[in-house]
Amino acid sequence: MFGDYSIGDLGSIFVMQGFAGLVLFSVYVLMALGLAIIFGQMGVINMAHGEFMILGAYVTWLTSNTFQSYLPSLFSGYFFLAMILAFLASGALGMLVEWVLIRHLYKRPLDTLLATWGLSLMLQQTYRSVFGPREVGVELPQWMLGSLKVTDSIEVPINGVFVMGLTVLITVVVAYVLYKSRWGRQVRAVVQNRIMAGAVGINTEKVDRYTFGLGCGIAGIAGSAFTMIGSTGPTSGQLYIVDTFLVVVFGGAASLLGTIASAFSISQTQSTLEFFTSGSMAKVLTLLAVVGILMLRPQGLFALKVRK
Amino acid sequence: MSDEPNKGLQSPLRRKLLMGAAALPLISILPRPSFGAGPATSVVNTTGLAVTDTEVTVGILHSATGTMAISETGSIQAEKLAIEQINAMGGVLGRKIKFIQEDGASDWPTFAEKAKKLLVNDKVAAIMGCWTSASRKAVLPVVEQYNGMLYYPTFYEGLEQSKNVIYTGQEATQQILAGLNWIAKEKGAKSFFFIGSDYIWPRTSNKIARKHVENVLKGKVVGEEYYALGSTQFNSVINKIKLTKPDVIFTDVVGGSNVAFYKQLKAAGVDLSKQALLTISVTEDEIDGIGGENIAGAYACMKYFQSLDNANNKAFVPAFKKLWGEKTVIGDVTQAGYLGPWLWKLTVEKAGSFDVDKIAAASPGVEFKEAPEGYVRIHENHHLWSKTRVGRAKLDGQFELIFETSDLVEPDPFPKGYQ
Repeated sequence: MFGDYSIGDLGSIFVMQGFAGLVLFSVYVLMALGLAIIFGQMGVINMAHGEFMILGAYVTWLTSNTFQSYLPSLFSGYFFLAMILAFLASGALGMLVEWVLIRHLYKRPLDTLLATWGLSLMLQQTYRSVFGPREVGVELPQWMLGSLKVTDSIEVPINGVFVMGLTVLITVVVAYVLYKSRWGRQVRAVVQNRIMAGAVGINTEKVDRYTFGLGCGIAGIAGSAFTMIGSTGPTSGQLYIVDTFLVVVFGGAASLLGTIASAFSISQTQSTLEFFTSGSMAKVLTLLAVVGILMLRPQGLFALKVRK
Repeated sequence: MSDEPNKGLQSPLRRKLLMGAAALPLISILPRPSFGAGPATSVVNTTGLAVTDTEVTVGILHSATGTMAISETGSIQAEKLAIEQINAMGGVLGRKIKFIQEDGASDWPTFAEKAKKLLVNDKVAAIMGCWTSASRKAVLPVVEQYNGMLYYPTFYEGLEQSKNVIYTGQEATQQILAGLNWIAKEKGAKSFFFIGSDYIWPRTSNKIARKHVENVLKGKVVGEEYYALGSTQFNSVINKIKLTKPDVIFTDVVGGSNVAFYKQLKAAGVDLSKQALLTISVTEDEIDGIGGENIAGAYACMKYFQSLDNANNKAFVPAFKKLWGEKTVIGDVTQAGYLGPWLWKLTVEKAGSFDVDKIAAASPGVEFKEAPEGYVRIHENHHLWSKTRVGRAKLDGQFELIFETSDLVEPDPFPKGYQ
């Protein structure tokens, strides 16, 4: 397959391909983080995760339009504000949803699947009614487009670098919040034993609401970042939901490290296979491998050790 | 033929007047037409269709909800515009067109169910509808069983022909071959990289394109890749494109994947002003979502572009925008949707009857001279003779016409040597 190419060519392609794998890894981590909190920590099967992401994307689109009309001079920096707004909007919607819907279902985790699936349909149709059925194009500031030329033949996409940086930042923040802060301890206590956590004075309702809000908010940031690489339309969220669950389940539901490890292995497998076979075939082989491993390790790659 | 005497009643002069009126762009200044002056219902409707002395009912069957609403909205808008214009000119055989709109909801069994409802309960005289091949395949047995008439607007993979369907879009060879010939000649292209979404239309289209590249153009296909519908990550295949350095990237990626593909292509430093890219799946509608800056410079092979410079189109575009808003764009399929009601009207008048069998028989040879894309004519195989055009995407999301075939291209849904 590579007989016709020079060593230099091959070298740069392997570097760029490695980078493509890392970008895919970051994308997976970013979209799975929110779900890892909601599904992993709270046990809620949130089928509307993709729609929370798309809310973030639409907020980005609105922000971009507002800046273009009213503050064109600050347009190059609008994206940072857009991500914050996306976090707030998706987070707020998440807290509302938790209050109206999810809190009644903590004892029936399987029902959350149906409830949130219904929610995702409602949100999709709402987006369609409000923003129209067509996809919207989010205009990006000039500096975020194009690629960095590292050498003559090696180019890395700027938006890829941006997504990677963002992923590292958010992962660190989430890890800190969950494992080092007082609030994170409360979250884990509530997850492990709701009644005992309440008995020692933790306001479990409040912890639940903020946890769900945080998960949705991170989904919003992910959606905002994905306007750089994907589409923004009423049903675009559906494009992410399967991969997201795959990453979280494969990693072991309750483990942040597991999510990262699983995102890494899935993305590297997929991107390598995509290069050596073809797009569809890579997906098939990756899924087969995941199914095979899950049969041997039903609890996922990393699981909390619990006494049964 | 019981309708023979009636043909005499329906004066050729009146038909001429109607045809002439179709060229008038400002339909609103015409006096309000009165309906009911046409030939007797018992004569023009012998099969119990929903035709009265003053009205005739047709169905519009597209997805207004669900994932396909993105694409089908334009077709719905175009069909409604055509019906409105026809009514403003006196309707069909003196009858006002009334439409019943059903929602296929992006779900193929729903399409079949709704088609049955339109034909059996509502007895519509014709259906303007379907978009994806999957929805057409679901509806086809229904219109054949209940003997309905379907006007299908999308360019599609071919390999189909039915008495009960008029295909107003291009079939695959019509769309692809002239475009490939042009780019091979213009750019001296010898090597091609194919990338498409993984379903029937891209696969069939690429099969035809590959045969043409290898057998006729004597070129080489250096890669052929498919990605599942909805894929959003294309970095690996973009690296492969960079490695194989094809003269032309030939794409038929659809839906949300389209947006991701062009954004990532741009981000990877592939400059479309230097790297030739020919797409058969991007119209003005898609560019709305992709963003003009991400795709400027790419070539698209279609039969219609909103920017076409002819008198018909100059009347059509403002009329469309007046009805649906200044910001709406008109893609290839939207225009093909607009042809449906007009072709049906012209065929009904040619046949002098609403009966489906007579319409099916009268369809070949029907010509629509006021089509926004220019002149079109229905072929014996129920597809359209039309021109193939290549446009170049500009920053503002419109196409600049680069090339058009000098003659109409014959539709060939079962191409020999390409299967």
